[in-house]
Amino acid sequence: MSTRLVTGGRFLDRSEYAEFTFNGKPYRGFKGDTIASALLANNQVLIGRSFKYHRPRGIVASGADEPNALLNLGEGAEFEPNQRATTTELRDGMICKSQNHWPSLEFDLGALNNILFSRFLPAGFYYKMFIHPRPFWKHVYEPLIRQSAGLGKAPKDRDMDDYEHFYAYYDIVVVGGGVAGLVAARVAGEAGARVLVIEQTAHWGGRVLVDGGTISGQPACKFVEDIVSELESMGNVAMRKRLMGAGIYDHGYVLCHEQSDGHGPRHRLWKIRARRVITATGAIERPLSFAGNDLPGVMLASAIRDYAVNYAVSTGDRTVVVTNNDDAYLTAIQLKELGLEVPAIIDARLDAGGELAQKAKDLGIDVQSGMAIAEIKGRGQVAGVRICSQAGEGTVLGEIDCEAVAMSGGWSPVVHLWSHSGGKLYWDDKSAMFRPDTKQPPTGHDGNPFVIPAGSASGFLSLNDVLNDACAAGKSAATDVGRAVMDNAAPHSRACKTAPIEPVWLMPQGADIGKRMKSWLDFQNDVKVSDVQLAAREGFESVEHAKRYTTLGMATDQGKLSNINGLAILSDSLNQSIGQTGTTTFRPPYAPVSFASIAGEARGPLFQPVRKTPMHKWHEDNGASWEPVGYWRRPYAYPRAGESLRDAVNREIVQTRNSVGILDASTLGKLLVKGPEAGRFLDMIYTNTMSTLKPGRCRYGLMCSENGFLIDDGVVARIDENAFLCHTTTGGADSIHAHMEEWLQCEWWSWKVYVANLTEQFAQIAVVGPNSRKVLERLGSDGFCREELPFMSWKGALLDGIKTRVYRISFSGELSYEIAVPAKKAQMLWDDLIEAGGEFGIAPYGTEALHVMRAEKGFIMIGDETDGTVIPQDLNLHWAISKKKEDYLGKRAQMRKHMISPDRWRLVGLETVDGSVLPEGAYAIADGKNCNGQRNTQGRVTSTYYSPTLGRGIAMGLVHGGLDRIGEIIDFQKVDGTVVPAKIANPLFYDSEGERQNV
Amino acid sequence: MSDNPVDQGAEDSVGYVSIRQLGDRDIMLLRGDFAFHGFNGALVAATGLGVPPRRGIIGYGNIQVAWMSSDELLVMTDSASTEKIAKSLEQALKNQHFLLAEVTDSRTVFEIRGDLVREVIAKLCPVDMHPDAFMPGEIRRTRLAQASAAIWMTDDHSVRLICFRSFADYVFNLLKAAAKPGNEVNAFEKAI
Amino acid sequence: MASLNCRVCKMLILKCPYCGASGEETEFECGGEAHLKRFGPGSGDDEFQGYLFDRVNRKGVHFERWRHSSGCGKWFHAARNTETLEIYGTYSAQVLEPPAEIREKISGKVPGWSWREFS
Repeated sequence: MSTRLVTGGRFLDRSEYAEFTFNGKPYRGFKGDTIASALLANNQVLIGRSFKYHRPRGIVASGADEPNALLNLGEGAEFEPNQRATTTELRDGMICKSQNHWPSLEFDLGALNNILFSRFLPAGFYYKMFIHPRPFWKHVYEPLIRQSAGLGKAPKDRDMDDYEHFYAYYDIVVVGGGVAGLVAARVAGEAGARVLVIEQTAHWGGRVLVDGGTISGQPACKFVEDIVSELESMGNVAMRKRLMGAGIYDHGYVLCHEQSDGHGPRHRLWKIRARRVITATGAIERPLSFAGNDLPGVMLASAIRDYAVNYAVSTGDRTVVVTNNDDAYLTAIQLKELGLEVPAIIDARLDAGGELAQKAKDLGIDVQSGMAIAEIKGRGQVAGVRICSQAGEGTVLGEIDCEAVAMSGGWSPVVHLWSHSGGKLYWDDKSAMFRPDTKQPPTGHDGNPFVIPAGSASGFLSLNDVLNDACAAGKSAATDVGRAVMDNAAPHSRACKTAPIEPVWLMPQGADIGKRMKSWLDFQNDVKVSDVQLAAREGFESVEHAKRYTTLGMATDQGKLSNINGLAILSDSLNQSIGQTGTTTFRPPYAPVSFASIAGEARGPLFQPVRKTPMHKWHEDNGASWEPVGYWRRPYAYPRAGESLRDAVNREIVQTRNSVGILDASTLGKLLVKGPEAGRFLDMIYTNTMSTLKPGRCRYGLMCSENGFLIDDGVVARIDENAFLCHTTTGGADSIHAHMEEWLQCEWWSWKVYVANLTEQFAQIAVVGPNSRKVLERLGSDGFCREELPFMSWKGALLDGIKTRVYRISFSGELSYEIAVPAKKAQMLWDDLIEAGGEFGIAPYGTEALHVMRAEKGFIMIGDETDGTVIPQDLNLHWAISKKKEDYLGKRAQMRKHMISPDRWRLVGLETVDGSVLPEGAYAIADGKNCNGQRNTQGRVTSTYYSPTLGRGIAMGLVHGGLDRIGEIIDFQKVDGTVVPAKIANPLFYDSEGERQNV
Repeated sequence: MSDNPVDQGAEDSVGYVSIRQLGDRDIMLLRGDFAFHGFNGALVAATGLGVPPRRGIIGYGNIQVAWMSSDELLVMTDSASTEKIAKSLEQALKNQHFLLAEVTDSRTVFEIRGDLVREVIAKLCPVDMHPDAFMPGEIRRTRLAQASAAIWMTDDHSVRLICFRSFADYVFNLLKAAAKPGNEVNAFEKAI
Repeated sequence: MASLNCRVCKMLILKCPYCGASGEETEFECGGEAHLKRFGPGSGDDEFQGYLFDRVNRKGVHFERWRHSSGCGKWFHAARNTETLEIYGTYSAQVLEPPAEIREKISGKVPGWSWREFS
């Protein structure tokens, strides 16, 4: 019977109740409880079921190391699975449900696995069993396993809470608010460093408050109280509870995960840069491996005293303590002092002669040395223990009835953070633990060590050693960040005489297979001593292999309790030292962090930026259907009532070709390239010659990478002798700007050229179609006729009083003007143009109409006809490649053997024989098969549309042999395996003489 | 009619800091060789201000000059003086290699005010916003979540932020979300 | 964003030698190996291949080109160790070889290092 004691409980506020439910049952706890302590106070010992055998599981630990007590919390938009009961503060109204059982926690059919199959489900069982016959995996085995496995349920509703990031910078971050962290922080704080000290729980002080002792003559709790208020008064020291050090990464990056205290964002992810990190992360107690050690009621000795002291929870009237070290005696003593019964301390050591042992004996506790637990009595819950000699094979020498077993296999320093960024460990035989090897620390951006372990995280277990080490860590960190350290002595505590730990990895040491199959290492993943031994026998000798084969330490607790015990068993099986076996890699996060906190603000409408042109709202109000282009949103088309998208596109094209259309082309890149050597520079950037362009004129140009591949295209307008305005594609605005700057800064840095990205300064409005000139003339300005503004030229113009630059260029084959206007005046001009075009039925068109019209003219589109492997020559663009220039970016590459090969696929037009629209990306098949048994191919579709102008499907593609094969019919394969025959044609489908724009 | 996605001038959002778009600034981009003889003089003659120190922003009244990179400045003025300053610079620098471009329409400036303004920025920018580390007088180009931005403080409770116009809505909504009442961090409270 | 694994996230801190700001890697973009000598038309196939494709890709001392893309926009060079991730220094993009003081600093830490023609 687990129950609440009438008095006590340091963390409890007994004046405030918190009502909650567990599997629908109403319970009551106090403010200050964790879910775990409240469940135990209500005698809810059975908390869940294990992963594989569905064994009944209870709470084992009191902190982040808890492997069993994972719950589904909340409902609907607040639902979250796999929440650790031991680290979740109880709040009024909480709804908790247990996981991994069916139909109910008390009666779980899956537990049959345990009774029927445990012989058949050893390590590697799945790998061996479910491989034959092959097709069974997908259709039989996997669905079955998925049904029975898994922990929490995935949430179905959108998470309603807030999450955010926070970037912070400190000289020193101290991870851990126990006595070591507080002492180290005080030393660093007194030295004047900017310090952050964080604690993952809601309380400062750590274990010392439970374990007691005196520090510098004061009771430990008074010392903690004082040092906390001292730190709080320091302006340069920030303190933060409920903030977990999740990971330490390169260059002093400390990732921390903050839990809400009931207000503000649910989680906040702190992205901290620290010059030094002190890891005062404490130590975790290890379980002991004996038969039945997974039964509810068997708990870590430290957890039992945590629940008793912090939460006034008795986990049983009678608690048997089993240990291999002195620390567990504290549990016995404290339980006894609370008036609870400790029938025996089973100490595996022959000699347990420390002070604590003496005190226990003085209290009348029966200490049995050299003894072990042969097995746990009880079904579903501890009813007692059968004891045996540790040295033997398990012959039962006696039985003791009890409700709880407090086990301690020694302590493992929390070395996770130290190891995350490369700190090495060594095995300390004397203390039986892996400790940070401070001679091989993680190093930072300057090559200096930046992580300093402190206190029990560094392997010091006595309070006095912890204080000394913490003080030294604080001094070392402060000195490292350039602060003068005061030469104060560390706070001291009386050294307590202890008897050394004796490593006990199996209890009793000669346990037979029957016992080893019931001696759990990993409680969540159901890995037992026998499994690790099997892995070793089958050759999985590397610790990383053994881990994956057995799944030891792969559960959500990442082996905080199980790993060292497992390594020891593995080492023993391989007859090597634990140091030789080594550890698996410690990877962040230390304890799970929420996905939502990683996403931070980047969700919903803020998932990524939406860039908006000045006419964005107009487009929205006029029914634009959006197409994302990079971060931009561009109207794809403007469907009217009753119109499909396809209808709208066709209407927009017909309207534009027959009269006039208007397009928001503002997203096009506009790079101003200025300087006495701007022409020389552009001659290198573009494949053709720009330096010869006359002011007032425009020229289409191609840009290639040094690889020779086409990366961007656009029209260059010469502004004056010294300045060019280079238009890029929408996607190229930033990348081509960066490309130009790279060449200017890294290769031709003496050239006098400046580039400015003016993309957003000007909106660009294309007025397109046979009536476009009339529309412009309606705005009170003339001079747009062919004589005054010939094709491929530009001029400044006042349109309705707005200063603009009008380019006569065309991407549709129609008479067309592109008007650049300062962005803030763009909407005004757009409105003016719509009004002026009213009598011609002017209509906005979107990107799809733009694409179809350019394809009808055989104009290429970067990203359609190019994919990073296409050179301009493939696209028959020889006319835009200078033969005279000695050099341009990509020229040398375009002379390479493969680039001039006649086997390259080249651009052609494609006309389906039946007039249908070719599927996007379809491949033209050729005879024979390649070495992988796939059909050979001879070309592919790069652009394909329905042309309302021609009333049929048109397409462009890259085809072996290119235009040499005009008239030939080749087959394009559809996804369903059928083929579409298409005739190779000139890609210029419409107005091949160019008469429409020549007006 | 509104020029920009966010209405100008008004107190647009009052979270635990206020966020307001400033619409009265004209902005010019000036690139040139700061070390070149006469460059500084031309700037002083046109604006009354010389080249600021590295990552510095200096100003008086309605004129600020900000150091954007080793050969790039932003000149921010009220619209009444823009043309005069531009002409003066063009004239004085005409024998040098330089680039002057008006970029008013391509940028949006926000003013964020409040006692906790530093932490609102620190939720979005990977910059040390501690009062000892970031002070009025410095302009820092960085990223604000996924948008490029530059920030500076006009006093200890006021940050100005400049970003590209097309990102204005995104930036405004980011700031608004970061300043949601109740979501205070109070990370710098001791230092302030 | 978002992988929590150690060596794949953007976690370096770089100091831009132009604007002087130290920033986290998310403000920067890496432009690959530094100090490439450009070969254009007229160069032989081997030279051109070396320029375009052959990279040292060294474990240890390494020289790279970086851009302060979310900051002042400048390209610069960084000397760093790809194994320990130590940054030996950042320096101007407008030089053909690492400055002497950075090379000396590296020699002090990694005696006998060499990288392409530099040591």
